[in-house]
Amino acid sequence: MATVELRAASSARGTTTKVKKRKKFNSETLPGVLMASPALIGVIGFVALPFVVAIVLSFFNVRLNSVRPPIFFGIEQYVRLFTDPIYSVPFFRALVNNLSFAVVVVPVQTAIALALAILLNRKIRGIAFFRTLFFMPVVFPMALVTVLWRLILDRSDNGLLNSVVSFLTGGAVGAHDWLGSPTTAMGSVILLSIWQGVGFQMVIILAGLQEIPQERYEAAQLDRAGAWAQFRHVTVPGIRNTLIFVVLLTTILSFRVFDQVYILIRGAGLNQDATRTVLYQATVTIFDENNVGQAAAITVVFFIIVVALTLVQRRVLRQTSED
Amino acid sequence: MTASPPVAPVATPSVRESRPTPPTKSRRRVIRRPVRRSSTRAARRTRDYLLLIVLGILFVAPVYYLVVGSFKPAAEVLSGFAGFIPQHLSLENYRNVFASLSSDSTGYFLQFLGNSLLISVGIVGGGLIVNSMAAYSFARLTWRGRNGAFQFVVLLVIIPFEAVAVPLLYLLNPERNTLLVQILPFVANAFSVFLFYTFFLGLPKSVEEAARLDGLGAFGTFVRIVVPNSKPVFATVTILTFLTSWGQFLWPVLMVSDPTQRPLPLALSVFQSQQPVDWGAVFAFGTLLVLPVLVVFLLFQRYFVQSVAGSAVKG
Repeated sequence: MATVELRAASSARGTTTKVKKRKKFNSETLPGVLMASPALIGVIGFVALPFVVAIVLSFFNVRLNSVRPPIFFGIEQYVRLFTDPIYSVPFFRALVNNLSFAVVVVPVQTAIALALAILLNRKIRGIAFFRTLFFMPVVFPMALVTVLWRLILDRSDNGLLNSVVSFLTGGAVGAHDWLGSPTTAMGSVILLSIWQGVGFQMVIILAGLQEIPQERYEAAQLDRAGAWAQFRHVTVPGIRNTLIFVVLLTTILSFRVFDQVYILIRGAGLNQDATRTVLYQATVTIFDENNVGQAAAITVVFFIIVVALTLVQRRVLRQTSED
Repeated sequence: MTASPPVAPVATPSVRESRPTPPTKSRRRVIRRPVRRSSTRAARRTRDYLLLIVLGILFVAPVYYLVVGSFKPAAEVLSGFAGFIPQHLSLENYRNVFASLSSDSTGYFLQFLGNSLLISVGIVGGGLIVNSMAAYSFARLTWRGRNGAFQFVVLLVIIPFEAVAVPLLYLLNPERNTLLVQILPFVANAFSVFLFYTFFLGLPKSVEEAARLDGLGAFGTFVRIVVPNSKPVFATVTILTFLTSWGQFLWPVLMVSDPTQRPLPLALSVFQSQQPVDWGAVFAFGTLLVLPVLVVFLLFQRYFVQSVAGSAVKG
């Protein structure tokens, strides 16, 4: 008896919810779908579909403006990318360059951003002015930043950096080809990238710092914690999640480096081998070799790296926020 | 509390002892603190200001170099420290930007500017409409498949544009060298939808429900009630989209070979690579390129900083 009644009750409840749903379905489905569809069509057409096409293209030998139809290539593009020296040597070089860019930029830029954020997290007069100052390069298009730094790093005696070095050393150190020399080429790219990007990390960290309750610092001061102890035991734990986020974000951005490298290699004698990046390699494969299939394979590898980093980021952040 | 050794010598013990109530140990510290801090605070403040000023100069030097150089004779731009001295200033470089970019083979400066403005307005304007509508539909309207569609959009946030640039180039190759091909791929934006969505979820439902009861449809409610109450998120998305669209470089490099269809950043990179390079004119070009962003930035800087910080944390 009881079970039957229960079943009846539950089925009754089921029907009422169904009815309710049907009602909403009727009144909001049309506007709902209509309002969502432009954006949905956009992201399907310009993100999801091309992404699938990238995977498909990477299994073909295909060229732009070619009369010959695409030839199915299996995993040949990937095999070449990783084993044929003509393709694999520059590609591995690009991967290594992206990695070394990340290895330097991530800690250095995060450290500078953290230092700036701490300096700016004070209620002293004129602080807003300085915040604006450090953030300003973020709004500069990378193309402009690159052109500007190209002159600063110019190899002649007249280059700004060369003048500074020569002035500081009393003329002992002569002009250096910052962009052309394989030892300083990547350093130059890193320098201008940090100048442009550090303000971005700075404001993220600053936002994190401002979430730390002032009482914690007061408590630490009561315990006679010095500036360093306060930094170690209050500041760092307080912005731990923010720092992890910034580190991983910067790592992902490091793999997306393109504009500055492209402009400097193509127009300013930047050492190509020391600075080519994965995206640069994809572009070159299209422009110089018209090899769309190969470029698509590079793109797919690029995507796998970025997704892996993003997943690591999400997992780490979830773990720490659960702690 | 057994420890509490006499760490710092107490500055004025007599004052403390003369207090009517014998203070507890912790109170003693409270009393001592202002004395200790006021001297270090002033020193720390001076040190902080000095650091900020030095770093500020380092940071702003390249910008100063750019702007001053744009008014100096070309020969003085690339000449060591002389590039920093504001002398022999004139508008010559700006005239040269227009003079040397004056044929169909080089493109025209005003054309680049027009292209960039149209592209940015198209992407920002179109994006605000399309993405906010979709976000509202996901956040407030009930329809079958809604959750799946929203999950799908959120999933796409992970795909950076660089990962689809090559196949897009392949698909859109027949449309190259048009403004439309520089606008359309960027209008619908999964991340913008996500930003709008989180904001709309936080809005109180009651006003919308009242409007719906008064007979306003879903779209009407969105336009009349939700949009006017969502200025912060519209400002954020505008700023973020404008910054990326104005600086766009990879896509134009791939898709634009016709000089007359170039946006400003691509045009600048071509302009600075053509021999002989007129560095004064290049700096004038660069100043003109960044001027619109800089003006908007300085006017709304508070929102810029908030937008960038907020969007990053949400992402």
